Amino acid sequence: MSEPEATARQETAVTSDAIDSPLLVVDGLRKEFGGVVAVDGATFSVAEGSLTGLIGPNGAGKSTTFNCITGIHEPTGGRVTFDGQSITGLPPYTLANRGLVRTFQIARELSEMTVLENVMLAPGGQVGESVIRSVTPGLRGDVIEAETAVRDRAWETLEFFEIDHLAHENAGNLSGGQRKLLEMARVLMTDPEMILLDEPLAGVNPTLEEKLLERIHELRREQGLTFLLVEHDMDVIMNNCEHIIVMHQGSVLAEGDAETIKSDERVLEAYLGGDV
Amino acid sequence: MSAVDTVRNRLDALPDVGLVVAFIASIWAVMLVLAIAVGGANWANLAAGFIGSVTVLIGGYAILALALNLQWGYTGLFNIGIAGFMAVGAYTTAVLTAPTDPAAGAVPGLGLPLWVGLIGGMAMAAIIGGLAALPALRLKADYLAIVTVAFSEIIRLIVNWDGLAEVSLLGVPIGTGGATGISFKSANQVASTFINGVGQPLVAAMEGVGVSGPNLANLTYGILLLLVVAASYWVLARITNSPFGRVLKAIREDETVTQSLGKDTRLFKIKTFMIGCALMGLAGVLFRGQAGYISPQQFRPTITFYVFAALIIGGSGSNTGSIIGAATFSGLLFYLPARLGENVSLGGTRAPGNIIDAVAGLGSLDPLPLLAYTISNVSTLRFVLIGVVLIYIIQNQPDGLLGHRNEPATSVSLDRPQSGSGGEADE
Ligand SMILES: Nc1ncnc2c1ncn2[C@@H]1O[C@H](COP(=O)(O)OP(=O)(O)OP(=O)(O)O)[C@@H](O)[C@H]1O
Ligand SMILES: [Mg+2]
Repeated sequence: MSEPEATARQETAVTSDAIDSPLLVVDGLRKEFGGVVAVDGATFSVAEGSLTGLIGPNGAGKSTTFNCITGIHEPTGGRVTFDGQSITGLPPYTLANRGLVRTFQIARELSEMTVLENVMLAPGGQVGESVIRSVTPGLRGDVIEAETAVRDRAWETLEFFEIDHLAHENAGNLSGGQRKLLEMARVLMTDPEMILLDEPLAGVNPTLEEKLLERIHELRREQGLTFLLVEHDMDVIMNNCEHIIVMHQGSVLAEGDAETIKSDERVLEAYLGGDV
Repeated sequence: MSAVDTVRNRLDALPDVGLVVAFIASIWAVMLVLAIAVGGANWANLAAGFIGSVTVLIGGYAILALALNLQWGYTGLFNIGIAGFMAVGAYTTAVLTAPTDPAAGAVPGLGLPLWVGLIGGMAMAAIIGGLAALPALRLKADYLAIVTVAFSEIIRLIVNWDGLAEVSLLGVPIGTGGATGISFKSANQVASTFINGVGQPLVAAMEGVGVSGPNLANLTYGILLLLVVAASYWVLARITNSPFGRVLKAIREDETVTQSLGKDTRLFKIKTFMIGCALMGLAGVLFRGQAGYISPQQFRPTITFYVFAALIIGGSGSNTGSIIGAATFSGLLFYLPARLGENVSLGGTRAPGNIIDAVAGLGSLDPLPLLAYTISNVSTLRFVLIGVVLIYIIQNQPDGLLGHRNEPATSVSLDRPQSGSGGEADE
């Protein structure tokens, strides 16, 4: 248990100068549903290559923030910038193709498709997504070649997430935890730059949880991926995230490394103030 | 095990092509038996007539069911304007190919060859389908249904409208014929010319056993139509068993997720809708307009319902199921009961005039009046039969005959690659 903590410490040092090059900047983000203000001027940024935690009591607006960033909801106000370009209100597919993807808090598997089909759907720019190429005999050669590569990668990914024995099963038949794993497997197949993870570990068994966290760190190290992680398990957040953002009632209450957050009066109050 | 289960297990055991061929062949066999039973000396001609008609029906419905399967079964696009898109295809072909110097009282057209007309009809149906889908793309799935049904009605009203019956377009006289309809190049005529030319010895031999020329020509047309079905199936199978088809399935399952994985679902939906509508337009000509004549009467919304019935019976989401469903619906539920009603009589029992008298016979333990009543009213009662079958299927086999089968949307075998399986010993 002490090893990840050590890693986190180490990386904290990196962060302080990395924050100068933020990959994602959220500025004054606002979202209202009728009379409910779900996100109320949230402002924060996520450093490139970091694993940033986003925490807050139930209903703090974390998922809604994700939805506004990734184009599922149109924000009522504020700006979102990704990789130096404004992405406010852009549709999800444009963002995904630019490398910004997310998983859903309640897993959204494509239930009448097999697990393998779910995962094979994800890679971007597949040549076979053109009708002409898929139908015309002369052009189909490329499609087959690309499909073979996608299939092989899909199998590897399923093996990593330990759901390969379910490859031909309809995704709707998976257990809750397995669906979460499928969500993770799917976004990784898109070759993203940044992944927003909305409680990816809820319902995942501890051994696999360790393995997933390890994988996240590995993807950061080896491919420079950036993660924004929503998670209610404080140990996971404190031990793995070098930067933590605390949301409360739609806006950012506090920001900083684990030590700062742990000792912040307002954070304690927000959590103990009857909201949890 | 229910009856449908038994049928399903039998069907599962066959490869797809064999399955379809065997299924249609058994419908032919039923028709042959019926013809022999009721035709007397004339059985051969009767059989050719029955088999020809049923084959044309199966062919027509198979193309329509395949098209709807792409739109609804695969992508979840709820198109309840099928009749309208068929009309667009048929009328476009008609206007393009009607003779420039028609018989007295008929509407002139552009006099182009039939193949040009067919391509034009498909293209126009695709374009109109695309237009119908455009406003609905931004909206939720239910709105598309409303838009399609509105389009379909508008199209029917337009072709029925006197104002367009005969007009002059840039000096060229053309028109829809309004309520009277329009005559144009007959696809059936092509089959007839073909069989009477190349197939002359066959025609002679068939005439020897009493099969009339027109019946043989109609049978030939039915078989040609099945070739069109085969071609459509081939194209659709390649479309659906590909990464493109995978995105379509994903849109049906959850469009938001599909978008979150980087797919511009609007493009996929509109392409799919256009391809399906093009096929529906083709069926409009080759099925409804086979004899070279169409009128607004042939494109009433009931046909939309029939195509849905065929697809639900066969199994929405399965291309093979679409064809099996079309054959079951049009051959066994629609055509066969009507022929039975016409040709079967129960000896001396006369059919009672109404259902009350028919049921009254049961009081004296005489089922014959009810049976006779049923048979003589079968063309009406078959709709009850269709309804009962649909309710049974939806309640007990919501996947239809073949919809439960997994037809994976990919262009390659999905088995685990060899190298991968070796390394995975720790499971
Ligand atoms: N689609 C919606 N319509 C109306 N209100 C919504 C909608 N989505 C979220 N809300 C409201 O916005 C507020 C924030 O919800 P959100 O899901 O963002 O919280 P959260 O921080 O993700 O909570 P949790 O930790 O429980 O997942 C809640 O009060 C919720 O009721
Ligand atoms: Mg949430």
